[in-house]
Amino acid sequence: MSDAAASAVRHRAFSPARIFAITTNTLTELTRQKVFNVILIFGLLLIGSSLFMARFSFQQEFQILKDVSLGVMSILSSLLAIVATARLIPQDIEDRTIYTILAKPVPRFEYLLGKLFGVLLLLAISIALMSALFVAVLYLREQAVLNETLRQVSRPPGEQLDAALNAVRVAGLKIDILAGIAVIFFKACLLAALTLFVSTFATTNIFAIIVMVSVYFIGHLQATAREYWLEQQSAGWIAHVFLAIVALIFPDLQAFNLVDEVVAGVAIPLALFAKTALLGLFYIAIYTLAATFVFYGKEL
Amino acid sequence: MLLAFGVMKLPAERALSLQHRSRSPGQFADIVNLDLHEKIGQLGFVAALSGFRAMLADFLFIKAHVAWERTEWGRVLFLFRQVTTLQPHVPLFWDMAAWHMAWNASAAAMNDQSQPRLALRVKAQREYFALGKDFLERGIENNPDKPQLYEALARLYREKFNDHVRASEFFGKAAALPGAPSYDKRFSAYELSYCEGREPEAYERLRALYDEGEKERLPTLIRRLKFLEGKLNFPPEQRIPDKER
Repeated sequence: MSDAAASAVRHRAFSPARIFAITTNTLTELTRQKVFNVILIFGLLLIGSSLFMARFSFQQEFQILKDVSLGVMSILSSLLAIVATARLIPQDIEDRTIYTILAKPVPRFEYLLGKLFGVLLLLAISIALMSALFVAVLYLREQAVLNETLRQVSRPPGEQLDAALNAVRVAGLKIDILAGIAVIFFKACLLAALTLFVSTFATTNIFAIIVMVSVYFIGHLQATAREYWLEQQSAGWIAHVFLAIVALIFPDLQAFNLVDEVVAGVAIPLALFAKTALLGLFYIAIYTLAATFVFYGKEL
Repeated sequence: MLLAFGVMKLPAERALSLQHRSRSPGQFADIVNLDLHEKIGQLGFVAALSGFRAMLADFLFIKAHVAWERTEWGRVLFLFRQVTTLQPHVPLFWDMAAWHMAWNASAAAMNDQSQPRLALRVKAQREYFALGKDFLERGIENNPDKPQLYEALARLYREKFNDHVRASEFFGKAAALPGAPSYDKRFSAYELSYCEGREPEAYERLRALYDEGEKERLPTLIRRLKFLEGKLNFPPEQRIPDKER
């Protein structure tokens, strides 16, 4: 058997190693673009809001700290997912890197998967860092308030002290927040997969970003459009068709807004969390499949 | 392909959405209704529907705080109505809204130097009490499992309406919920001891607490027990020992 034939035999149709190589390369590339600056923005926002909130009671302070931190985390991760993914394919085409990669025996879906996993890894690292920062600030504030309470109620009836400490703990850090953060991650992954799909037919990254920002807003209204469509509340057939298109094409991003409930102290049942995660994975799979389908038909 | 995917995803999305709505009744309807649209304006409405509801509510809450510092009571009321419409499942916002109305705004109305007529000042004060009560009742409707709001309503009945029956009832409701402070049960019994005609029931409840041991034998509890024993003409042998007085 010749070397060429042996090499062809060794070449596998699907190789996790090749995907891993593209993933690490994508992550390195994105890191060099200083995308982690979002963490800096997040940190500054946290510190800034902590200073500003000195005038509030601890319940108000914790409520705002959680709302703002998780809200900013959601916005930054969504933006990061869109901006980081939108530039991947157009940039590779512009730099002609894509031709070097695809000239090798790398199937196009592996290339796409590698790129997507690179962004997902970046999102995971970013969200983990932001979460660590948020949890640390909240924990430190909670401890400070607990110590202050203990100091102020110096000779308390045990019951009063227990009630005061319990009030601080109820308002402070809870494990449920992690479920909310996980859902933020799923939402960002979904947006990354959808951006990848858009960027397979977009000619510039600006176009992909504009489309995705529109999708972001429409996605949050999709549930409303869907309900109106299914409940036959639309006026005419034009509105009916329009609502149907919105409901069928766009993802329901409102389903991923569990954070508000978590901050309000409403526990997320495991079943609901699992269903939301499954829906997220389903979206990611379908959009990646659609991206692969379009990318295979793309003339490069 | 996308349309086929849309048809596939629809049942899952709908089921999830229904589950969300069943857990947070009223929230979906509130968020898309025209009332909210009118209250928070076009930009706020879009922001609320775009996943920034909590941050928008916080922003309005901070504005309400500033309005309170400036004693702009009409604005405080307006902003708290927006905040509680946006975030009906945060008890803190209902509690704060009620506190501002029933305690702060009502006191300001009573001390309003620009209104020389006492009757009108009292009327304004009562209107603020009613606004506070309304916030708490709607808060309880949206958060029936949060003892904090029942407790706040009980305090409002006790301190502003002088209605000990309702105060006792709401302290009792708070005490029955998980996570309620242990004093709610005792407060419920205290309030009942002030109600004409309910003395035997109040005594029974206070005595049960007394019998739980030293931890419950607080000065107010003993004082109320002694008062009721006198009022109900208990024979000396049935009364609690004097050393507890």
